[in-house]
Amino acid sequence: MNKTTLGLAAFLIAVFVLVPVFIAVSGRWDLYYTLTSVALLSIASAGVWLTFYIGRINIGQGAYALMGGYVSAVLMTKFGVSFWLTLPLAGLFCAATSVLIGLPILRLRGVYFAMITLVLTEVMRLTALALPITNGAKGITSIPLPGTLSIFGITIIPDFATMANPKLGFYLLAVSLMVLSYAALWRIVNSRFGHLCRSLQQNEELASSIGVNTAYLRVLTYAISSFFGGLAGAVFVAISQSIYPSSFAVADSVNFMLYCFVGGLGFVTGPMVGTFLLYFGWDLLSVAKEYQLLIYSSAMIALMLVLPNGVLSLFDKKGGGK
Amino acid sequence: MSPILQIKGVTKRYGGLTANNDISFDVNEGDILSVIGPNGAGKSTLFKQIASFVHTTSGEVLFRGKRISNLAPHTVARMGVVRTFQETTIFKSMTVRENIVVAHHLRSKASLFGFFIGSKQARADEAEFGKSADDIIDFLGLQAIRHELASNLPQGHLRALGMAIGLATNPKVLLLDEPFAGMNHDETMKMVTQVRRLRDERGVTVMLVEHDMPAVMKISDRIVVINFGEKIAEGTPAEIQANPKVIEAYLGSEDAAIGM
Repeated sequence: MNKTTLGLAAFLIAVFVLVPVFIAVSGRWDLYYTLTSVALLSIASAGVWLTFYIGRINIGQGAYALMGGYVSAVLMTKFGVSFWLTLPLAGLFCAATSVLIGLPILRLRGVYFAMITLVLTEVMRLTALALPITNGAKGITSIPLPGTLSIFGITIIPDFATMANPKLGFYLLAVSLMVLSYAALWRIVNSRFGHLCRSLQQNEELASSIGVNTAYLRVLTYAISSFFGGLAGAVFVAISQSIYPSSFAVADSVNFMLYCFVGGLGFVTGPMVGTFLLYFGWDLLSVAKEYQLLIYSSAMIALMLVLPNGVLSLFDKKGGGK
Repeated sequence: MSPILQIKGVTKRYGGLTANNDISFDVNEGDILSVIGPNGAGKSTLFKQIASFVHTTSGEVLFRGKRISNLAPHTVARMGVVRTFQETTIFKSMTVRENIVVAHHLRSKASLFGFFIGSKQARADEAEFGKSADDIIDFLGLQAIRHELASNLPQGHLRALGMAIGLATNPKVLLLDEPFAGMNHDETMKMVTQVRRLRDERGVTVMLVEHDMPAVMKISDRIVVINFGEKIAEGTPAEIQANPKVIEAYLGSEDAAIGM
């Protein structure tokens, strides 16, 4: 317990203090973009991880990231809603939609569920292409930067447009959201909610025989998972100030799943670690030029063979912790 | 005493195949009632119908006068009719105690959100579940394997754990599907005693499907015999042993197939 608190404190200090200091000293401002992306992608992966936790392979998180992005973009450009309000609204919109989508498809298991979620991202892309409100292939551009966030007249976050360094602003926003998301995920997993999810993952029939409303729990979990996806998508839109139907594609959905695998499905922080490793790994491999993808995929295969329970299982002596 | 469970003309058809046809009998509160019959007679299907795990084609099951057929299985469990499984169905990657604690779900008063934020009620619930789980562990004599991972347990312990999971839901009626299967004589006798204590000390009405005839005769207050999806006899163990129809069903399968 004490060790956990210490690790958490070290992590928070590193993320909120050491990284900005390092970047300021070294002048590697480009790292902000990378790290912000890692933080946001790991929020979306956290959602995928949660669906894994109820025994469902989710290859459709890109759909919700895209949806969340569009919800935020449309609300800001067409209705003049503040970015800060669109953030939870994007998440909630995705959660609500995922209930409608989840009700029928969550009855499926294994590869059948996985295949349908895989199609979901493509469906969302085509929907974005077709709908008038999303502006088709031209997408939505010139989205304003996040404005001032104030509660009762007290400014909590200043207008990003007036910031000397909006990159730092976005970085802090992304990692704060990441910390909050993972705190929520940790609570879910370590409360009865998580125990019930595990019971679902291990044996749905038995779970329902002990009185668990399995359909309800599945849909609820999927909705939370999609909330994370929408949240991440909305912040991405704010950073790039634009969104297109191809902003999140099937490849992204697949990546979210791979991040979870690589980090470890048995560990709450698995998707975060996986996202970090793979995102940076991919960047580092760019020196290999045309062999980048080949080396990357070979490394993935090797990793899954050698560490089927994820990288974090290296540090877990008990084998398969919580 | 009015029956706790009434099975009324229960029928199950899979397409053209009739698994159970018009089965009716009552289960009295506090009884241990066994359902026996040759392989494929429809016993397990009947159990699944009572616990509402499969859809009942016609007829109905009443629990304390209320219809429970074709409700959601978790609703039926909530009312107090709980089924354990023929296969050794447990939560494999949890320890024995975790299995039992999680099975207390039905008793939780706090909401999932309450558990998420760690409300007072949620903490009270968790404490209560832990205590009750320990009671059940003591009751079934599972102390030595309390923190053992369920996937590492031998057959006999798995059955006991399955029963512990069932008990944790605080059932009024517990449906045990082949609780003695794969056990040797000593283990079976131990289990017989435990099932009796379940009824005597915890007031649980027990229904079981079983093939082990000596155990069935020893444990049951009443026995229902099913063959080819039809009830052919009902009575005390002594009555059943003397019933010519039952003897025919078990011994003269050729004749039984034609005559019944």
